[in-house]
Amino acid sequence: MSEPAVLVEGLAKEFTLHLQGGVRLPVLRDLSLSVFPGECLALVGPSGTGKSTLLRALYGTYVPQAGRIHVLHRGRMVDLASADPRQILSIRRDTIGHVSQFLRVIPRVPARAIVAEPLIHRGESRQAALRAADAMLARLNLPERLWHLPPATFSGGEQQRVNLARGFIVHYPILLIDEPTASLDPVNADIALSLIEDARKRNAAIVGIFHDPAVRLRVATREFALAPLAEAA
Amino acid sequence: MTEPPLLSVRGLDVRFGALAAVDDVSFDVWPGEVVAIVGESGSGKTTLLRSIHGFIRPTAGSVLYRSDRFGEVELTMLDEPRRRLLARTEWGFVHQNPRDGLRLSHSAGANVGERLMAAGARHWGKIRAQALAWLDRVEIDPTRIDDLPRTFSGGMQQRLQIARVLVTNPRLVLMDEPTGGLDVSVQARLLDLLRRLVADLGLSVILVTHDLGVARLLAQRILVMQRGRVVEAGLTDQVLDDPQHPYSQLLVSSVLFA
Ligand SMILES: Nc1ncnc2c1ncn2[C@@H]1O[C@H](COP(=O)(O)OP(=O)(O)OP(=O)(O)O)[C@@H](O)[C@H]1O
Ligand SMILES: [Mg+2]
Repeated sequence: MSEPAVLVEGLAKEFTLHLQGGVRLPVLRDLSLSVFPGECLALVGPSGTGKSTLLRALYGTYVPQAGRIHVLHRGRMVDLASADPRQILSIRRDTIGHVSQFLRVIPRVPARAIVAEPLIHRGESRQAALRAADAMLARLNLPERLWHLPPATFSGGEQQRVNLARGFIVHYPILLIDEPTASLDPVNADIALSLIEDARKRNAAIVGIFHDPAVRLRVATREFALAPLAEAA
Repeated sequence: MTEPPLLSVRGLDVRFGALAAVDDVSFDVWPGEVVAIVGESGSGKTTLLRSIHGFIRPTAGSVLYRSDRFGEVELTMLDEPRRRLLARTEWGFVHQNPRDGLRLSHSAGANVGERLMAAGARHWGKIRAQALAWLDRVEIDPTRIDDLPRTFSGGMQQRLQIARVLVTNPRLVLMDEPTGGLDVSVQARLLDLLRRLVADLGLSVILVTHDLGVARLLAQRILVMQRGRVVEAGLTDQVLDDPQHPYSQLLVSSVLFA
């Protein structure tokens, strides 16, 4: 195989809750993994072991206390853990897509504009971006009457489809996906999974959290197990 | 990536007697970037903004600005005529209270036109046409062009102030709680307008707000201020989703949604 797209070495993340008397919650310790283009790595482990935490660290939202998160960005490895904010924004624009578990709606902005936004950030014309957004929303079966409405009042499944459309509209080389099918019916879940399969076929490196074993069986090529940390002495 | 910052603040201090209102603040603003400064009232946000703009002389430190006209200039040492020229053309300041940024005894059109004239425009017809275009852009009915801002609602006055600032095409806009003091629905409309304008014009903005929701919506980066110091800085999602400093954690935990 070629170079990995993601290479994590010795990652440590703990949370200090200053408002709770400074309680410390170690979540990840000395974690290392790699993800190659064309792979879909499923993070598995009991609730609270840090699967979502790891995903957020891979997106640069959670800054780790130790370790490196190398990602292949424009042909070279860049360490997200020590990158400056503008580098992280550039990595998010061109290299890493993140489909979070829930859509964070932008107040009063219609669904199709939310979906089109990542393309516009990359310099695509507004018109072309909106056309691509409509195509994504159509593929995800979102009723056309909803495209021009802000998703704040949408059902969970409708919001999730807007979220998926936004996450897949750019062909990112690295994709982070948290529970893509949790609020979808079987037909729409199947469409979501086909998006993941397509991304993998075009050689994206994917890291995902899929609680449903059948989903994992279908899309994941490898699993990575997280275990609870032993209580810190 | 190698493009230099538009503004570099280094070691800025503003003292009022024994009080360090701004204490050793350093940060950069890059072209097209919105940086939010958050913190409770009294934390020094407004003083920091006003000292960057030159309304207040800092006690120590440096503010380097890359000007279109003059190249690199050190704002704390700039002579008054050049500072004024920059303030009228390349920068803008949006006051929390629109009455501080408007002339209430002049018509709406004159308020917008005055800044154009201060920046060198002379042709009356063109000035009026630009004023009309900007009123429309900030969603003020152009037939109100000859009315006094006194007869406008708070939200309209704030939108007029924004038109007055943006009409000269500034590169850097300093905003002090632009949505403060407005009803929520009026705030929402103003926020939508700001979001659109900032994106369309590629503005660099330093935005002072105590509203983390506003920061989430508009800013790429956040600085958290407490007692005059920047206690935490980072990408908006880093600071709001995983605040590190006890004071940032307190701020984030105090709001319902951000
Ligand atoms: N921003 C944060 N601040 C404080 N603690 C956090 C934060 N984010 C996560 N945690 C804590 O980290 C631990 C791991 O959480 P995480 O959400 O990563 O688990 P998970 O493996 O995704 O669980 P699940 O399967 O239930 O989704 C939990 O104890 C959680 O409370
Ligand atoms: Mg989780």
